[in-house]
Amino acid sequence: MTEPDHPSGHGTTRRRLLFGGAAAGLGAAVAVTTDRVALAASAPQPTPDTTGLNGAVTYAFHGEHQSGIATPVTAYASFIALDLNTGVDRGALARLMRVLSDDAARLMEGRGALADTEPELAQTPAGLTVTFGFGPRFVSVAGGAAPSWLAPLPAFDIDDLDPAFNDGDLLLLIAADDPVTVAHAARMLLKDSRSFASVRWRQDGFRRAYGSEVSGTTMRNLFGQVDGTTNPEPGTSEFDAAVWNRSGWLDGGTSLVLRRTRLDLDTWDEVDPTGRSFSVGRRISDGAPLTGEREGDEPDFEATTESGHTVISPVSHIARARPVNPDEVIFRRGYNYDVPPSGDGVSESGLLFASYQADVTRQFLPIQQRLAEADLLNTWTTPIGSAVFAIPPGCSEGGFIGDTLLG
Amino acid sequence: MFTVPTRTRLGALAAVSVLALTACATDDSTEAGDDAAAAATEISIVDAWTKTADEGMTASFGEITNDGDDAITLVAAATDVSDVVELHETSADDEGSMSMSQKEGGFTIEPGETLVLEPGGNHIMLMDVTEPIEAGAEVTVELEFASGDTVQMDTVAKDFSGANEEYVEDHGDHDHDSMEGDSMDHDSMEDDSMDHSEDDHDGHDH
Repeated sequence: MTEPDHPSGHGTTRRRLLFGGAAAGLGAAVAVTTDRVALAASAPQPTPDTTGLNGAVTYAFHGEHQSGIATPVTAYASFIALDLNTGVDRGALARLMRVLSDDAARLMEGRGALADTEPELAQTPAGLTVTFGFGPRFVSVAGGAAPSWLAPLPAFDIDDLDPAFNDGDLLLLIAADDPVTVAHAARMLLKDSRSFASVRWRQDGFRRAYGSEVSGTTMRNLFGQVDGTTNPEPGTSEFDAAVWNRSGWLDGGTSLVLRRTRLDLDTWDEVDPTGRSFSVGRRISDGAPLTGEREGDEPDFEATTESGHTVISPVSHIARARPVNPDEVIFRRGYNYDVPPSGDGVSESGLLFASYQADVTRQFLPIQQRLAEADLLNTWTTPIGSAVFAIPPGCSEGGFIGDTLLG
Repeated sequence: MFTVPTRTRLGALAAVSVLALTACATDDSTEAGDDAAAAATEISIVDAWTKTADEGMTASFGEITNDGDDAITLVAAATDVSDVVELHETSADDEGSMSMSQKEGGFTIEPGETLVLEPGGNHIMLMDVTEPIEAGAEVTVELEFASGDTVQMDTVAKDFSGANEEYVEDHGDHDHDSMEGDSMDHDSMEDDSMDHSEDDHDGHDH
């Protein structure tokens, strides 16, 4: 990695106390320094960034798996689905993926893509990752064998899908801790896609800004709910078994289910903290199960109240979402969205629920079916977009993403 | 400061080529092949690309570094996709608009120096593309040096909206053969860039 560009004259000590560069040097931030330290001290696995700046952080593009899945989750992400132009054939797909892979490799290294007209914007990679996904039509045009799950999900009663957020032939998932980096990478990749495909939809998501919390803090969605507690940990055998597909051209790849889920903040506002926690099965305040003390505690679904009811409702979100067998483990890596409202509303907010698993049918669908049948949270949530992509494996230097399918 | 790695880290395309200059690939190349000085000369090429085009004019770019001990001079280039290829330099005229013209005598690269071929600067001009160059396609450009040695530069075709400098004939004839038709007309820059091969390049045939 190249040396980060540390501007001189900023207080290193202050920056370290703040666990990151986001608030470095800002007078207004100094007042909260003490609180931040206290928060960090109580976090389960604090991994504060003591360098102060993370603009120079890079992740490897080449490897067995694509980046952007097991790599640390970023503050920003753009999911962009493309529709292939009529007449694009297998040879054109190979040309497209060669160019896009080269762009991604260079941008992730913190340098301009080939023929980049704004290479200066690439020099702050900020943990940029670019992840490509293939929809059913891409695989069909490529002449490959599509996994049986590579299709729109079955319709669920809870769905109110808007075609503007559904499906797609090629996914570009561009993620970084800096939104300028994301914008530039997206522009570069889209310019190089233009001869082959058009934009079908783009969904931008965000989490806490880099440095606002110690890395590894479970995100809160815009309901205020701690969201993603029981995720498998990248680097573990549980994660590898849950995420990586091992068949054919997908060996080393995975699948992505992206569900745009609207959170109805207006009706959620009507629910008191006790009701909110009851719906989730966890305390909103700290994410601990209603039967436990800390976020990481195992929920006790058998524990009962004096009146004989289970403490955690059988139709609470965690009771319904919990895998009933090891096959149902999925890896969630979602983002919030918050876009201008339409009509009379004051907000249009929700979750870009992104789930990775080796097999959609075996792992994801049973969970989604249970949630569709009963989940107290359904009262305030509505899936409004749905897409499934095959995420091909990574590639080696000299190769390109998709070369196991197109090579 | 942050340094941009340009040579040590390679993408999937346009990988660095470290090449010993080889004898010109002509039928009677035996003599040149015995040229010890040429064989000892090395160059490396990175970031080579060619602007896509349906037909007519386009250009190839890249960075060519002289890794040898002696100066070398790039005097000509050739490619299968255009019968006529020229070495061009770009300069600003009195009004600030960029124009390009043939580089007399070619480009000399001193030992350790890099010739940067880029939009808005020096470039290899493909004057008469007859088959479409599509995005992602590989375009091979043969570079010829003053010694008679040649080296292949593998480029990747990329869509690019820039590199629309006005083309100026060798001897200051500004009245015809513009790549833009009218360099001050921005609409035509969008629509007509690189498409004006016309048929008036007789003076440039090699």
